[in-house]
Amino acid sequence: MKKGTVIALLAAVILLAFIPLFLLKDAEFGGSDDAGSAVVEEVDSQYEAWASPILETILGGELPGEVESMLFCVQTGIGVGIVAFFMGRFVERKKQGKGE
Amino acid sequence: MNRRKKLSTAGGFALVLSLAIAGNASAMHIMEGYLPGGFCVAWGVLCLPFLGAGLRAMRNALKENRRVLPLLAMAGAFIFVISSLKIPSVTGSCSHMTGTGLGALLFGPGAVSVLGVIVLLFQALLLAHGGLTTLGANTFSMAVAGPFAAYGIYRLCQKGGVNRRLSVFLAAAFGDLFTYCVTALQLALAHHTDVSFGGAFLKFLAVFAPTQIPLAVIEGILTVLILAALETYAKPELRAAGFIKED
Repeated sequence: MKKGTVIALLAAVILLAFIPLFLLKDAEFGGSDDAGSAVVEEVDSQYEAWASPILETILGGELPGEVESMLFCVQTGIGVGIVAFFMGRFVERKKQGKGE
Repeated sequence: MNRRKKLSTAGGFALVLSLAIAGNASAMHIMEGYLPGGFCVAWGVLCLPFLGAGLRAMRNALKENRRVLPLLAMAGAFIFVISSLKIPSVTGSCSHMTGTGLGALLFGPGAVSVLGVIVLLFQALLLAHGGLTTLGANTFSMAVAGPFAAYGIYRLCQKGGVNRRLSVFLAAAFGDLFTYCVTALQLALAHHTDVSFGGAFLKFLAVFAPTQIPLAVIEGILTVLILAALETYAKPELRAAGFIKED
């Protein structure tokens, strides 16, 4: 893939991800699953959620926001680590002229 | 490819990854306790054959050629990264992508079912995101329906002679979008006492689909980029996985 194409595609990704943030200044940007739960109430008003997340049951309350973001970062980190490790090996291998 | 191009591809890759770490908010999947027991069991049972076939497909792919192991790990890791990022969308709420398209194209939809369950379990246990009771339903939408749609679209595009990059983009983007359509369907099937089933489906779809469209485009682009990087640096592995033909 040409260098220009890669840069253009990356720019498109960044714009797509961040434009809504600047365009909709009043929006809360809550999760769409919370919005989903609100619709459940709307179309099935009798329904009561009959289980709560296991971690919240153990903790006896909601997972603190900071800890939640830490755990999400752990998830991202595990993924990035694996992808970057193998990608690094592939790139290095090619540089040394082995494996095409 | 000359040295500068190589560097820029690698740099672009690093940028995608670092950008990826920026997201934060709350996100998707059917929440714990939001499906009646019968539905939880039914979706779970429906997933089992796919998981069985997926495990077999993975074992066979590895037995055939150990060389594909790094790719398999990367496909799983890609789902980890992509599905941990909650991205603001045009509707004013956040959602995240699925990342299942890459694995589906490389190893077939079955193998992704297994990778997807690992991610969903991680999120249900540690992140109070999704849930154990809704694991079956979420597995079906994210790890079965989405990957199958992606795989099917890719195959169709290839048969129709569509350029490979465009095929990858369409497959990943529509696979992502399809996951959320299935989620809407699952919720509507379980919850439509106050309105008609069709009305409920449209309501759920209206919550998920518009939010997901820009994200699906992002997922399509990222999948194209990572495959382009792999095509440059990991040709032997892609060949071993059968993604590109011998030449």
